Amino acid sequence: MTIVEQTAKKPARITPSWISRLRETDLWWSFWHHPSAVIAAALLLLLVASAFFAPWIVVQNPYDLASLDLLNAEIPPIWMDGGQWRFLIGTDTQGRDLLSAVLYGSRASIIIGAASVAVSLVVGSVLGLIAGYYGKWADSLLMRAGDVLLSMPTMLIAILVSALARQALPASLREIGASAVIVFAISLSAWVQYARTVRALTLVERNKEYVQAARLIRVPTWRILVKHILPNTTTPLLVTATLNFGLGILIEATLSFLGVGMPPEQPSLGTLIRIGNQYLFSGQWWIVLFPGLQLCLLVVSINVLGDWLRDALNPKLR
Amino acid sequence: MLAFLVKRVGNAILVMLTVAFFAFLIFRFLGDPVELMVNESATQVERDELRARLGLNDSFLAQYVRFVGHAAQGEFGLSWRNQQSVATLIAERFPATFELVIIATLLSLLIGIPLGVFTAIGRGRWWAESLQLSSIVGVSLPSFFVGIILILVFSVSLGWLPGYGRGEVVKLGWWSTGLLTASGRAALVLPALSLSLFQITLVMRLVRAEMLETLRADFIKFARARGVKHRALWFRHALKNCLMPVITLTAMQVGNLIAFALVTETVFQWPGMGMLFMQAVTFVDIPVMAAYLCIVSFIFVTLNTLVDIAYAVIDPRLRAA
Amino acid sequence: MRFTRMTATGIALLALAMPAMAETLKWGASRDISSLDPYSYGDSFALGVLNHVYEGLVRYDRNLKLEPALATSWEIISPTTWRFHLRDGVKFHNGAEFTAEDVQASLKRASDPKSPLRGNIPAYKGSHVVDAHTIDIDVSANYPLLLNDLTTIYIFDAGWLKDNGAEAPTDVGAGTEGYATYHENGTGPFKVESRQPDAKTVFTRFDGWWDKPQHNIDRIEFTPIASNATRVAALLAGDIDFTDQAPVQDIPRLQGSSQVKVLEGTDLRTVMIGFSQRDQLIDGKPNLMKDIRVRQAMQIAIDLDLINKKVMRGKSRNAGALVAPQIPGYDAALDTPMKADPEKAKELLKAANADGFTFNFNCADTLVNEEQVCQAVASMWSRVGLKPQLDQGTRAVQTPKRSSGKVDVYTLGWATLPMLDTYSLTSQVLHTKEGSFGIFNWGGWSDKEFDKVTEASAVELDQAKRLAMEAQSLKIAKEHVLMIPLHQQPLAWATNSKIKDFPLFSDNLPRLWLVKM
Repeated sequence: MTIVEQTAKKPARITPSWISRLRETDLWWSFWHHPSAVIAAALLLLLVASAFFAPWIVVQNPYDLASLDLLNAEIPPIWMDGGQWRFLIGTDTQGRDLLSAVLYGSRASIIIGAASVAVSLVVGSVLGLIAGYYGKWADSLLMRAGDVLLSMPTMLIAILVSALARQALPASLREIGASAVIVFAISLSAWVQYARTVRALTLVERNKEYVQAARLIRVPTWRILVKHILPNTTTPLLVTATLNFGLGILIEATLSFLGVGMPPEQPSLGTLIRIGNQYLFSGQWWIVLFPGLQLCLLVVSINVLGDWLRDALNPKLR
Repeated sequence: MLAFLVKRVGNAILVMLTVAFFAFLIFRFLGDPVELMVNESATQVERDELRARLGLNDSFLAQYVRFVGHAAQGEFGLSWRNQQSVATLIAERFPATFELVIIATLLSLLIGIPLGVFTAIGRGRWWAESLQLSSIVGVSLPSFFVGIILILVFSVSLGWLPGYGRGEVVKLGWWSTGLLTASGRAALVLPALSLSLFQITLVMRLVRAEMLETLRADFIKFARARGVKHRALWFRHALKNCLMPVITLTAMQVGNLIAFALVTETVFQWPGMGMLFMQAVTFVDIPVMAAYLCIVSFIFVTLNTLVDIAYAVIDPRLRAA
Repeated sequence: MRFTRMTATGIALLALAMPAMAETLKWGASRDISSLDPYSYGDSFALGVLNHVYEGLVRYDRNLKLEPALATSWEIISPTTWRFHLRDGVKFHNGAEFTAEDVQASLKRASDPKSPLRGNIPAYKGSHVVDAHTIDIDVSANYPLLLNDLTTIYIFDAGWLKDNGAEAPTDVGAGTEGYATYHENGTGPFKVESRQPDAKTVFTRFDGWWDKPQHNIDRIEFTPIASNATRVAALLAGDIDFTDQAPVQDIPRLQGSSQVKVLEGTDLRTVMIGFSQRDQLIDGKPNLMKDIRVRQAMQIAIDLDLINKKVMRGKSRNAGALVAPQIPGYDAALDTPMKADPEKAKELLKAANADGFTFNFNCADTLVNEEQVCQAVASMWSRVGLKPQLDQGTRAVQTPKRSSGKVDVYTLGWATLPMLDTYSLTSQVLHTKEGSFGIFNWGGWSDKEFDKVTEASAVELDQAKRLAMEAQSLKIAKEHVLMIPLHQQPLAWATNSKIKDFPLFSDNLPRLWLVKM
């Protein structure tokens, strides 16, 4: 319990001069004194920016079937014999420019990872607040539900949910539905972690004097929850969210690799690796390698940042 | 203590019943076994007959009660894909997965603990910090990609180790083991390595964190003041102190490893439960999927409950929780 | 002198010892068989593997012509009754004698309402044992293709079935396992020594086989390896001696190795694309594909040469007809592949008011590079202004959608197995869906004239007349653009080069009892 109280700092108010305030924080100082964190942040920024500005960077929209020409299939990267300037790192088996596919695929991965964090964070925090503040049956119901979900490994739930949802989903919904299903499949067990954190902190804060006082002067419950209790949870949630962002991207890639994730006409990094894996022997190694490297870079940079953040925010290590 | 025990076990049973309910929902409402089982040229009447024989026309409650009753006896019906008892199918695959998971766990302890100790001792030095940083890379690499690369390098390019299957296995009663033959052991290397990579970094980071914490503790400071040697401090006192959390982590991770093994098994064509499950997913073989979910959760819940009980035995203060 | 004789004796002894050396053939298959019971699924591949253990009354020879197997001769004694004379001295693996009782019990088991193999003998009515080695089989009508059907009706031992309670096929609904799922007792050239599903099945030579073995294999180790790359690696490393699925993209690499011999041919399987002919699409919109111009446009939008070159690496055979040249009923006049003409396709679509026409395109995963073929076709359609929505999934996921008509456009591979006759296609795929006809008519189209010609061909015993009728059916189908034929799949097996003789079969079923190591 002591750790929890120490972690519970007053939140930094966001004011117009938040940048200058940020500069004064320990976090800012710590960031610039960890070269690995700086490099990871720069890399992540580059990856995210290139993924989101992909339509203006690359030569084709790899999701538009009409833009593919089978004539261009399996062109090797530029530095090899037969490479073409239009396709810097080569093309896949459908004549899809691999650079375009990798960047669009990263965008899909980032969006799915971020969306799954957002969904599970919001759902988990709300449920955690309710469980912690009201207690009683709401608490035991939510915590039992959490127990059940945590008794099934995340990966297993994700595979089951996506496989079964694909089965149940009508074909016309699949294009939009595929990513939503994956987000749901990941969030289904990820929210429990947030809910437990928020609940534990809420239990502590609920009995503190300032909350009691606020109650006495009849501050509405939602206001107490949002204004006073929730801000205390931001630090631990931030760390969890960062690490889960990386995890979400990994799970999405794994699902797509196993063939229960993104469909082949909207390839994500995992889908590209799955397809490329069939061509590992025939010499088209670039179809596996580049998406694989991009995926690793993405997750490594997120996790390095998350790791730094955890240490930097842990008062015991200061 | 008894009250705690009853409560903890009761909780576990409740969790299992709920998992079984989910498994049943999947079993009952998703996928149509009839289309898979009949001959491609069966008529509608034949399809309806099969549906009736499978009991798919009974009431929801009747089907659920039947499902739970059978599941409690380890009876999950017949696989739609190969008409074999699901329980037998899983029992046949269990040794393969078990050996893979155990070897991966051993690897993670044998490699992870020393690495953790070194990174803790050398905190602040370049080699320890870069090792610590590279452990993040270990957590971040997708295991299927690692598997593909391992196969490409060691199996395809160098031809040192097999990249698929279990090699020769020896039957010991109903158990089949690959540990007793050279080809079986060789076949185990790459998948075990690929599966343990994540776990190694996990153990290493835990040991490092625990070591650092212990080294700051008062009794260590006193010991150091008394002139106890560094090595004795690190290994006799500090390491001993962090073994408990490591054992806990290992026990709780076994369930996760079994689940993660399904990716490794798919990549390495390892004939274990995970591959069975993935094939069930491709064939929409719902009884196998439902059974796998129940069994993996059962292992998971059992281990967690045992860890909790063990903790309560060691530390009576936790019994109130 | 004495020395020489000793040496000679030694050499002779060695020569005697040579054949006794155990020859093991390691078979790396792309998938496992689901059961040892040949009546558990009507799956051609599993039936092909189990043909090493079980046999039918007749079988296909090296040239895929029918030849006697457990029956030595047969005659038609009335329009609906066939008499089979059975082979003497055939033994099952457990030593039991093969008699007419066994044939009757097997036919009963195969035609059981619970049997998935029932559709393989559609005309079967019943049978009577005449004597220990003669049996009469009743069929529903004049039916010229009974022998073809009987190639996959493998014969069980009646006594063994009875002793083990396996007289009926395994009933999944009853929840008990069938004895035959794990055990076998056939008459074939190989016995099953052990089986671990998805890992390894070991077959050993059956010394009591009735036929004179042309093979010299003592042991077959059958290992499923699903991943293309792994299977190829295993072959190059010598871990397996043979695979029945050499990925087309890896053929050049395999050919480059002195260790490996690639056997190439063209599969009997014709890959085609079918259309829904219902009034509405599955999303409720009007079905513009009822207009023949739209179907024509879809056909000429596809560049077969490009698919052949890029996706199939030049290994497939572009098709104009719906059956392969080897299949009886094939007409070379129909087999002219359509030339791609995207401009004309656009004009046709404009004329039919179908610009931007959106439809569902259902693809599975069982054909050679099917995922890639479908994406390529979808991309070609997109380029002429159509909007296909690709729905790709495993066969198990797609089949229910297909057979319940929840598809607009779909792929189909048809090899006419086990019948090896055009009638298989015309009756199952193109005939109106009614009774046992048109089971695979997923598009739900119906043409009176076509049905009449097809039904007439079924009861025509004159071979020449029957084949002309079948060609006539195919012509009607082509005129209406009922299906777009794409290609005959490439067939590529690869063996270790130490294997001396390995006959290739265009039905893609290895027959290892004809292999010389």
